Amino acid sequence: MTAKQRKMRARILAALALFAAAFAADRALAPAAPARLALYLIPYLVIGYDVLKKAGVNLLHAQAFDECLLMTIATAAAFAIGEYPEATAVMLFYQVGELFQSVAVGRARASIGEMMSIAPDFACVETADGAEEVDPEDVAVGSVLIVRAGERVALDGVVLSGESWLDTSALTGESTPRRAAAGDEVFSGCVNGAGTLRVRTTKAYEDSTVARVLELVENASEKKARLEQFITRFARAYTPAVTIAAALLALVPPLLLHQGFGGWVHRACVFLIVSCPCALVISVPLGFFGGVGAASRIGVLVKGGNFLEAVADCDTMVFDKTGTLTRGEFRVTRTIPADGVDERTLLCAAAHAEASSAHPIARSVLAAWDGEIDRARVTDASELSGFGMRALWDGEELLAGSGRLMERRGIAYTPCRDSGTVVYVARGGAYLGCLVISDTLKDGAAEAIRDLKTAGVKRTVMLSGDRAAAAQAVADALGVDEVHAELLPADKVARLEELLARGGRTAFVGDGINDAPSLMRADVGVAMGSLGSDAAIEAADVVLMDDDVRKLAAVVRIGRRTMRIVRENVAFALAVKFAVLILGALGWATMWLAVFADVGVTVLAVLNSMRCLTLHK
Amino acid sequence: MKKKFKCEVDCANCAQKIQDAVSKLDGVEEVSVNFMTQKLTLTAADDRFDAVLDAVAARAKQIEPDFVIVR
Repeated sequence: MTAKQRKMRARILAALALFAAAFAADRALAPAAPARLALYLIPYLVIGYDVLKKAGVNLLHAQAFDECLLMTIATAAAFAIGEYPEATAVMLFYQVGELFQSVAVGRARASIGEMMSIAPDFACVETADGAEEVDPEDVAVGSVLIVRAGERVALDGVVLSGESWLDTSALTGESTPRRAAAGDEVFSGCVNGAGTLRVRTTKAYEDSTVARVLELVENASEKKARLEQFITRFARAYTPAVTIAAALLALVPPLLLHQGFGGWVHRACVFLIVSCPCALVISVPLGFFGGVGAASRIGVLVKGGNFLEAVADCDTMVFDKTGTLTRGEFRVTRTIPADGVDERTLLCAAAHAEASSAHPIARSVLAAWDGEIDRARVTDASELSGFGMRALWDGEELLAGSGRLMERRGIAYTPCRDSGTVVYVARGGAYLGCLVISDTLKDGAAEAIRDLKTAGVKRTVMLSGDRAAAAQAVADALGVDEVHAELLPADKVARLEELLARGGRTAFVGDGINDAPSLMRADVGVAMGSLGSDAAIEAADVVLMDDDVRKLAAVVRIGRRTMRIVRENVAFALAVKFAVLILGALGWATMWLAVFADVGVTVLAVLNSMRCLTLHK
Repeated sequence: MKKKFKCEVDCANCAQKIQDAVSKLDGVEEVSVNFMTQKLTLTAADDRFDAVLDAVAARAKQIEPDFVIVR
């Protein structure tokens, strides 16, 4: 509780005691009307003087329909018709509600703040005579930081010396620590696990990862979801409309029906009390803020409530293949030796043929061979562009390359129909067998696609620049519904547009490299593996800080849950308010009920919204 | 120039009202009052920034006497 809130609590307790005393005196002594009024005015003024003052100030500045003004009119009217205890109680409970609301919102804000407490408090800069602790904002680019065990890396940089493990969980939600040694890039916000590191900073604080992440989360509450915008518009119209209705209710029926004003003014007071849209105005943004906070806790940045809403409604998810569903690293996935040749002979020959090449295919062949490369035995290595490699091994000709290479050299080989790149190997004119090299699936990619289905995404589509057979093989392994292969980068945007035109919300998931146009074009652009990649963070609407595709389903779930909670609040608040308005117009609602409809509903809605903060697996 | 300030604002509705009112002030290019984060973000011309900020603070105070900008 803040000092302000504690003061309010003291005032409420004092007013409550005075009110009880007034009530008891009223019952016991049954004083005359003026004395009764004075008796109830004491607690009323103790609890409500600031409301009255604000109402007066607002009236001067022509700020009509202010909450304080409405409460003042409502309670003054209640006093005028002789309902003294009600008038006092309405003001009292209004303040109790306001206090609850303020505490609840403060709690929510604090728990989000705690979650986002990745900001470093200080940076320890190396100086001529030791080290000095300074504000991270004052550290110049190129300074050398000393990060001890347990401390937070304050700015992005490169490790100069030292070796340690970094805990990146605050940024990425990933609990496995990352190794950091000389030459490695480190990101601000990570916590140093063990040894002391010396880091040369490469960015100023405001460009560092931690500052950008904080900025994004803070700005997220400024980008409003459609539901939020609707609430803002609704609130603007609702209060004046109900106030006018209250005025009409107080004046018209008594004049037309020639009845006393008392009963009708009472009904009008009920209207005024429920005319504040606070339950909606507070709980809806709080819900979205909580949802964005919950996502950031698992290392996913959602750049606004509108994108959380879009993710929740998303029914088509389009993936770029390489780097998103597959690693983009080529590996030997199958070895098929010819009859009578053993696997090691085949791999050894292939590795020696490719030993001098820098081609990615050659690299993956070398990676598959766990033995030594005996360079002395390999001579005359040359690259036959577009065909493969040729070299002499102990004077025998070694060939590794495409089927066309085998045909040109007149070597009988067994064509392989696998998807991926096939390298055929021959030595001294004899066919040894072939290696199949293909991109490998990311860990959990298949699980991620399955999870998305259960989370409610209707269709998954994969776009790829690869050959159709290779793309189809990946799609089949993952269970993706639709594949578009052999696409040039520009075709991908065109294909995405076709998918967008089919209707429904469409998300595009890419690795943030070369796919900025698609990220921007989609209803929701999701970039992944983006820790430290400014371009991806800029272009995307949702950013997965690490490489784990499985988090997509978690974000969809958080989005859907947030939307459900927010809708519950809207429905609940509107239902209660309209019910009380109807009962009030008919003269069946008391002022007590009206106060519940105002502050009670607000407190319940705020408490409900706070559920958005919690994660559900 | 765009700058962020911490502020104290008591309710979401008040924040919205303050934002609506101060955005109409002369010299204010863009302004947002965020109830959740308790931050006021103001964009105004560099040479008049302080004067505009003063005007914003004064107008906000008229609407919500409790409103404080922490500078």
